[in-house]
Amino acid sequence: MTNTLLITLIISLIYMVVANRLYTYAAILSFQGFVLFGVSFIELTEISLTNLIFILLETVVFKAIVIPAFLNYVIKKNNITREAEPFLSNFISVGVVTAIIVASFLLSNTIQDDQLKRIFFVVSLSALFTGLYIIVTRRKIITHVMGFLVIENGVFVLSLAVGNEMPMIINTGIMLDIFVSVLVLGIFVNRIGDVLKEHDAEQLQQLRD
Amino acid sequence: MIGAYLVLVIIISLSLFLSRDRRLSYFLVWSFVIVQWALTIYVYNRKGETELIYFTADSLGIIFLVILSIVCIPVFYHSYVYFNKHRNVPRERGIYYAATVVLLGSLTAAYLSNHIGVTWIFVEVTTLSASALIYHRRNTRTLEATWKYIFVCTISITLVFIGILFLSIAIHQEGLIDLSYKALVANATILNVFWLKLAFLFIFTGFTAKAGVVPMYTAGIDAKDKAPSPAGALLSSVLLNVGFLGIFRFYVVIGNTSIIHWANNILIMAGLLSIFVASVYILKVKNVKRMLAYSSVEHMGVVMIGIASGGLGYYAAILHLILHSFAKPALFFQVGQVYRIYRSKSIYDIGNYFTYNTPGALVLLLSFFVITAMPPSGMFISEFLIFRAVFEAGNLWLLVLVLLLLTLIIWSQGKNFLKMIFVKPVGFKEENLEKISPTESISQFVLLALVVYLGLDPPVEMVNLINESIQSLRPK
Repeated sequence: MTNTLLITLIISLIYMVVANRLYTYAAILSFQGFVLFGVSFIELTEISLTNLIFILLETVVFKAIVIPAFLNYVIKKNNITREAEPFLSNFISVGVVTAIIVASFLLSNTIQDDQLKRIFFVVSLSALFTGLYIIVTRRKIITHVMGFLVIENGVFVLSLAVGNEMPMIINTGIMLDIFVSVLVLGIFVNRIGDVLKEHDAEQLQQLRD
Repeated sequence: MIGAYLVLVIIISLSLFLSRDRRLSYFLVWSFVIVQWALTIYVYNRKGETELIYFTADSLGIIFLVILSIVCIPVFYHSYVYFNKHRNVPRERGIYYAATVVLLGSLTAAYLSNHIGVTWIFVEVTTLSASALIYHRRNTRTLEATWKYIFVCTISITLVFIGILFLSIAIHQEGLIDLSYKALVANATILNVFWLKLAFLFIFTGFTAKAGVVPMYTAGIDAKDKAPSPAGALLSSVLLNVGFLGIFRFYVVIGNTSIIHWANNILIMAGLLSIFVASVYILKVKNVKRMLAYSSVEHMGVVMIGIASGGLGYYAAILHLILHSFAKPALFFQVGQVYRIYRSKSIYDIGNYFTYNTPGALVLLLSFFVITAMPPSGMFISEFLIFRAVFEAGNLWLLVLVLLLLTLIIWSQGKNFLKMIFVKPVGFKEENLEKISPTESISQFVLLALVVYLGLDPPVEMVNLINESIQSLRPK
């Protein structure tokens, strides 16, 4: 079951790089939030009630509902044209992401470690590099934030692979920080929309030497 | 006490955020300074004690905390001047002071934390509060700088988190769970080298965004340029220290393992590239604040090389960092005054500063000697010791390269500084010039004198603190 969910996550990554509409991006992020909840619910067998609430809060509430809704709000409020406008064609993007996934497989097979859950490692690395790829090849600022969220999802999978056992209070702090930074990034997308009337990262090239 | 401090920081920053009254704001700011000093003295007297599980006052934390408490006083004074001379909207002033207090409070907590996760949390808080300072002027350029700063810093801090996850894989393999620095140092030798290497790469890369070293230094340059000068002083002194602290605490863990030489090579590469990048940009840069920002990149590069060289280098690197944290704020405060006279940050528009503001021009001249590490600057001592450590480590090619690049930097900085002070500017109208009171330069003289004094005649307490903080790196 875990494997199925994780493979779904990888497929959603491929779908994301070929999707054209920004709303699709937000929907995929929301879908990934639910998948992550499923994975962590199955994986963390000895789960206490506080842990369950914590994970529910982080995945379903934040990742699947609040943040995508906030992104939709930002897109609508700023009248961002609904296309993602990648620099490269979808054909190349699929090729690159496939290459990323294959490379992650090969890389994780070289690791000599019995305790490590390899599939988690593969998925998290793929998400990490796909997120970076999305940031690099998209023109709009809001897609950069979405790429960052994909990276965050990758990090979440990695933390499941580790069976991360940091004390509760630290986990909460980390989660709050990430949430606030996404909000702040969103607020600044709004501001940039108000000031520049254009949502291209190319507008942000005044500061240079 | 630390718990009380954090609660007070939250209360003070909230009331600053809400307060629209000038007097109340300044009362709150000064009460924060008192709280900050109370904590500093309290912590200094209880070295090595742990509070609230996650905060331990170790030597390095105390050094940086004292620096912060000293630097924050002139920062608040110059912020006060800034608001008297520039647009002073109560709401913007409230946000500015609230963000400054949160920034200083989170830096204090990050300095004192003894757990890698807690450091992470407070470093992320510094990103968020610093962004409010950078956005202070609310125009397109500050917007761009703020956006870049938050985005690059958030990605970098995510990299640090990935590094922490790799570290916890290594910890789990040995059946441990404790991620506090003390436990990490104690168990460093038994950890799997592969995971440690990965962890070091990610943690180092992530913290370079704060420390201002290659590869992630870019965000800090725009930020220091666009933030108001007093905030720029904070960003280029105490905030750099937190980045260094993040790297150094993990470097101490690595220091007890077999991959120390590998880690040293990475530090040397990053340091050398930082100095190279800084020298290239200082040669062509026209904006005086950006020049200062690149000069910070150069000094942090020198510090990294000092750490990597080992031996005497550890001591010298930390001394260099201390002196740099006093010298750079002085320069930023002074550039704030320069801007008020010329209404420009471009070196082309600035000139003949001696005629318009003599004490300020003296500060500029002195600080030129101080940051290019010419005697009697204390930084001359620390840089000299670092070069000796490089020589003793046998890296002659490195020494030659660094010295060549530093010569370029000194030449171009000299050209720019002397132009600003003595050469007549083209097309400058001497009408309605603002007269700047000499009292505004006092704090800069004090800070520069501190750099000279601490370098030439380091107090015993400081030397002891530095030696304690590098104790576990010494060969046994």
